[in-house]
Amino acid sequence: MTLTSKPAEAEPTAAALPGAADVVQRARHDPDVAGLGRGRATVFVAPALVIVAVFLVFPAIWTLYLGLLDYSLTGATAQDPSFVGSQNYTDALSDPVFTKALYLTLLYVGFSAVIGQNILGFLLAWYFRTAPRAVRSTLNVLVLLAWILPGSVVAFLWQALLDRQNGSLNALLHTTGTAWTIDHPMAVIVIFNIWRGAAFSMLLYAAALNTVPTSHLEVARMAGARPWQQLRDIVLPTVRRHVLTNTLLITLWTFNDFTPYLLTGGGPDHRSETLPVYIYKTAILGGHLGYGSAISLLLLLANLVIAVFYIRLLRGGDDESALRKAERKARRAEAAVAS
Amino acid sequence: MATVELSGLVKQYPNGVRGVDGVDLSIGDGEFFALLGPSGCGKTTLLRTLAGLEAATEGTISIGDQDVTALPPGDRDIAMVFQDYALFPHMTVTDNIAYPLRIKRIGKSERVARATETAEGLSLGTLMQRRPSQLSGGQQQRVALARAIACHPRVFLFDEPLSNLDARLRLEARTFLKKLQQSLGVTTVFVTHDQAEALAMADRMAVMESGRIRQIGTPREVFQRPASTFVANFIGATPMNLIDAQLVSGRLDLGGFTLPVPDGFAVSEGDKVVYGLRPEYLSYSATAPTSKDAVQGTVATVENLGVNVLVAVDAGEHSLRAVLPEADEPALGSTAWLTPAPGRALLYRGAPPSSGELIGS
Amino acid sequence: MTAGMRASSGGYVVRRVLGRIVLYAGICVLTVFFALPLLWLALTPFSKHPSYQATLSGLTLENFRKLFDNPQTWPSLRNSIYLAGGSAVLVIVLAALASYALSRVRVPGRDQLLYALLLLSSIVTGTAAMVPIFLMLYQLNLLDRQSGVILVLTGGLLPAAVFMLKDFVDSIPRSYEESARVFGAKPGQILRHIVLPLIRPGMATVGVWALVQVWGNFLVPYVLLSNPDKQPAAVVMYTFYDAGGQPNFALISTFALVYSVPVVVLYLFVNKRYGFAFQGGIKG
Repeated sequence: MTLTSKPAEAEPTAAALPGAADVVQRARHDPDVAGLGRGRATVFVAPALVIVAVFLVFPAIWTLYLGLLDYSLTGATAQDPSFVGSQNYTDALSDPVFTKALYLTLLYVGFSAVIGQNILGFLLAWYFRTAPRAVRSTLNVLVLLAWILPGSVVAFLWQALLDRQNGSLNALLHTTGTAWTIDHPMAVIVIFNIWRGAAFSMLLYAAALNTVPTSHLEVARMAGARPWQQLRDIVLPTVRRHVLTNTLLITLWTFNDFTPYLLTGGGPDHRSETLPVYIYKTAILGGHLGYGSAISLLLLLANLVIAVFYIRLLRGGDDESALRKAERKARRAEAAVAS
Repeated sequence: MATVELSGLVKQYPNGVRGVDGVDLSIGDGEFFALLGPSGCGKTTLLRTLAGLEAATEGTISIGDQDVTALPPGDRDIAMVFQDYALFPHMTVTDNIAYPLRIKRIGKSERVARATETAEGLSLGTLMQRRPSQLSGGQQQRVALARAIACHPRVFLFDEPLSNLDARLRLEARTFLKKLQQSLGVTTVFVTHDQAEALAMADRMAVMESGRIRQIGTPREVFQRPASTFVANFIGATPMNLIDAQLVSGRLDLGGFTLPVPDGFAVSEGDKVVYGLRPEYLSYSATAPTSKDAVQGTVATVENLGVNVLVAVDAGEHSLRAVLPEADEPALGSTAWLTPAPGRALLYRGAPPSSGELIGS
Repeated sequence: MTAGMRASSGGYVVRRVLGRIVLYAGICVLTVFFALPLLWLALTPFSKHPSYQATLSGLTLENFRKLFDNPQTWPSLRNSIYLAGGSAVLVIVLAALASYALSRVRVPGRDQLLYALLLLSSIVTGTAAMVPIFLMLYQLNLLDRQSGVILVLTGGLLPAAVFMLKDFVDSIPRSYEESARVFGAKPGQILRHIVLPLIRPGMATVGVWALVQVWGNFLVPYVLLSNPDKQPAAVVMYTFYDAGGQPNFALISTFALVYSVPVVVLYLFVNKRYGFAFQGGIKG
């Protein structure tokens, strides 16, 4: 209020300083509809920023520093951590357990999130548009339950499901005695994560599919496009941004997912030890804080690379709006059918 | 009740664009004043600056001899009806109408009484307990009006008050709004992009283009003597015929045919001008009339406007638009003679620097 | 010509029928896939001989009596309520203030900042920053304190909460506030009379979202709280094992059910009332 209603007389003094004039003018252009003013706005944002800075940004930066130390909870270095530079990083990169964990994490993310949750979520959302009501609501509730139940409950449900002697899976498949978590630990956690997370993709894609204009689909249908052609030519170009957003989020979440530990404990013999589990075992259980931090930072970096990659893709589509693209595709489809 | 005076008003955005670029305007007490212009001309910015929602970069605003330029909107004693009505969705009709009174710390019983009274005047009496989402578009508009009326301001500001109504309702609301303003007698400024709305409702109007006022006058003045080709083009249900012409041996050469110089325009031999004539001021005959000032051409299109027809007649290098009574509807492709009504044609300067301006006498 | 058409339309019918069969087979497999793990949670709590087996061997409520007699049940649920409620309230209040200010007052670089924080938050609530958070809380003397867990979880949830809520505030027309302002309402009045009621649905959604996130979080309280009296249900559930390392099925199954019901009810309530919050997706 104070800035926006500043009388015109204030202008000359402000104009004397080029920077200040800029500030005054921008302040005037603010869509500050409640008359909040900069001061009060800052006060509003400050508490959230402080909490985020202290409990989110600061730990992230500290990870960077800790990674440069030889620092353990026990032993000689517990009292007197010494600076070892990039030692921890070179150790990590030459540690076969680490490289294996990284490889397993990529497998886990790729198969369970990028492919599994994404495609299953989309198919469910696509199918639910036309599905009979009873089928839709039943399946919908099941998928949502898998998503909203607390993680520790879910982990136990899967232990019960996969139990060697009494598990429902072995009962169903008549394979009593098969120890799934020992024989196929990676497959177990991948399928588990698809089951666990498909709901988010489903919800997001259901919302996204609502944004596809019905008229575009009708144009394609009148041109004779089959459902999969409609999907390819109209729907996917329109929801492209949603696909990228969804993939980014589920990728990051899965990358940092700790739930596999509750299912397989990372075993047997590191065979399902993803990076978060490895960090937990090294740093918290093993007490090697410096080394654990170094791996944490590498994990952070991997996340950052992924995020930047997706944001690039997101930005890439801005010059041509998805809507116009969809229209063009519809026309192309029409022409192809006509010829 | 109050007058509104704007002088040298400028609203400049940080990117250097001037939404309002030096506006001087004086609106009389009790006047119903329209700000008309195409989208992006600055009319809404002007209204919002007047309301205090945008701060003026330069110039002053006075309401009833009080300089309000530096006052926040709440202290200007104005009421505004927004294009989307801005009815608070979580409040009932009563609470919405009484909201300005609540801000003025008027007791609950009195403000409910005053809200009810105002609402009944606008036939909203039976809807008092409803939420805005349970009202039709027309009802919402009247609630928004009632809310503005209930706080008895010195000036009403309406931002496109009719644009969210469908065509038939809009006509009704137009009449209603005009009657209401007359009976309340409160100075009112309203913004519209619809020239018919401005012509029908306003006592006086200003036509705006790129942040400046191009013409101020009564609807009749603006309609009959648009001050520039821009205004001429913008006002009227069908755009004015505007044809480049040159004065050659005492007559206007329009390229393919000639017409006499209309009375009262000071032009000299060789001047380049623009000849302007409303389609309504052309009369038609199927045979050659006695007057040598008729334009001969071929009927190219015929559009039915109900009681009238709009025809396009190709004559010389141009296509002339004429609005004719339905009885005169010509056959497509037939030959037609069009005669300008006397005293209706206008001449605008055709050569820079003042091209497009109405030529004085 | 006619024969050809009949043949092709016959092929079309066959393809259609086959397609239907494949579709329904797929739906059946999916339904079993999603239902099978849940079966245990639905049956075992009421079973006379609870085990890993998802069958009802005689209907009983005895397991629930055992659960409620267990000295750890109520304190751990109370701890969960305290942690989830505290974080949710903190998240709602801080996110509402911040998202409103960010939506209505232009701050340079606002979107980039929000985006960066969102990315960071998805990482830090995971394991990557567990070490420094552990050390920091140790230094701040907040280790093994519930307030420390609340602050850490709030910090992790805030960016996403601000992000979702700002999307919601952005979708509210500014003319409401402008209108109130023209009628003379002061900023405080605008916030109380207009803004707060309007963003309440968004706040409810975000609040429940935060509640559910914290309620189900295992790792953060597991690492940061070592005193069993302070641990929430998510952690305590993993202590219901007998001396031989065998799970106590009577306790675990009933506890899992009791512990799950609140989040499911809350979720259904918010979903029914306000729909899925992540409508807009992320603006690039």
